Amino acid sequence: MSSFADQLLVLVLLINILILGTHRARVAIRAIALQGVVLGMMPLLIHPVQGHILLITLFVVLAKGVCIPWLLFGALSKIEFSEDLPPFLGYAGNVIAGAVATVMAFAFAARLPLAPHHQELLTVPAALATILAGFIALASRRKAINQVIGYLMLENGIFIFGLLLTEAMPLMVEAGALLDLIAGIFVMGIIINQIGREFSSIDTSRMTALREEE
Amino acid sequence: MIDLLIHLVLIILIPPLLPGVINRTKAAFAGRTGAPLLQPYYDLYRLLRKGTVFSRTTTWVFRAGPIVTLAATLAAALFIPLGNHAPPLSFNGDMILFVYLLALGRFFTTVAALDTGSSFEGMGAAREVTFSCLAEPVVLITLLVLSRLSGSLSLAGILTHSSTTLWLASGASLILLVAGLFMVLLAENCRIPFDDPTTHLELTMIHEVLVLDHSGPAFGMITYGAALKLSILSALFLHVALPLRNADPYLDWLVFVISMILLAVAIGVVESCMARLRMTRVPQMLLAACVMAAFAMILVVR
Repeated sequence: MSSFADQLLVLVLLINILILGTHRARVAIRAIALQGVVLGMMPLLIHPVQGHILLITLFVVLAKGVCIPWLLFGALSKIEFSEDLPPFLGYAGNVIAGAVATVMAFAFAARLPLAPHHQELLTVPAALATILAGFIALASRRKAINQVIGYLMLENGIFIFGLLLTEAMPLMVEAGALLDLIAGIFVMGIIINQIGREFSSIDTSRMTALREEE
Repeated sequence: MIDLLIHLVLIILIPPLLPGVINRTKAAFAGRTGAPLLQPYYDLYRLLRKGTVFSRTTTWVFRAGPIVTLAATLAAALFIPLGNHAPPLSFNGDMILFVYLLALGRFFTTVAALDTGSSFEGMGAAREVTFSCLAEPVVLITLLVLSRLSGSLSLAGILTHSSTTLWLASGASLILLVAGLFMVLLAENCRIPFDDPTTHLELTMIHEVLVLDHSGPAFGMITYGAALKLSILSALFLHVALPLRNADPYLDWLVFVISMILLAVAIGVVESCMARLRMTRVPQMLLAACVMAAFAMILVVR
């Protein structure tokens, strides 16, 4: 793999931290779109150009860079009010948790019995770090929209893992995964609106209460 | 010998020029003519001619504050190589001394502020120390990473090692270091978005509120010390960010001075384009700088 791809993976890791630390949903959506586009371009950089890799790139960039952000912005604009709900760990705690997860991912990846030509790459630690950051965002954010973004980050991490196998991965599998993702985001967009309408708050931690007002 | 003389002359004469350039850039952005480029020099001259007022509640600590701060910053300036020339002083491990000299200067500024007993100055001291807790690790981690890359333990070896080949080899970690260092450069020198040097409200000040009670030559020393710190950290930043060097030593000096002025213009542009951060967001930004420096370290060490 070229070192340029490794440097793009560093950018992906930084975007993880940005998403964990930002308190604006719009910034997080733009960042996850950028992450998706950067990752979408990666197969072109690491594998020789072929027809099916070009198609995968096109689909991924379209889905993650255009379609999903559009759905998320649509869901965001339908929520009339936007309260500032700090995550359970706090913003600084989130960033620190993300940084610790990244360090652990690097330490863990160094011990994995990988194929020798994968040993030196950033791909495996970056994938693990992105998956862990996605988990942290899913678990600690209180707004449904931020949880969706955490879910997307998780999927991006799995996609980075898939980069090692792009040559073996048939086009249909990748296309099916993307379709599932878009359907999932679509459903979540509807759910976010429903939460906003029914509970007069978008704090998902309140949904465990039996009554509306406490 | 000539290089030593040029180093001393530059490090003494250049600092007040940088705030002048920054202010001029900000004025140009706002559509004003702005103060003359050499205004900081005139200000220093004016302050040095004035008398000083010392409050009766203060002790010797208050008087020692500006002197020790300026002396420590000047001593730190002797360890930084300027424009690819060896610094006057250098030994293995001097990077730790460099960081601690800057910390000593900060310590005496804050102690002098606490000595006045003013509540505003105590608040400023608390903020200053809190934020520098987060800014110092960035500088230390940066120096560690660079020392690992260059295999040297002295500032001279660390900072003159960075080159275009190194940038091609480990560009990602260097970009992270440069971004972290730029944030620290802005935070440590009280520039927007971390602190507004022109604010008029004590409640929102960080660095300015520490020196409210100083006057005359003592205040001149503080202003000069702040400008000196700006130029030291700028030189540190430029060594990492712009590894330009040729065989001709005199051309190197010229390139160094021009790049310092360009960096001051860049700081002015950043200041004109950004609003000040809310006080609670400042530690988060500095934490982000720490995380970036730590990432760079992971990338280099693994």
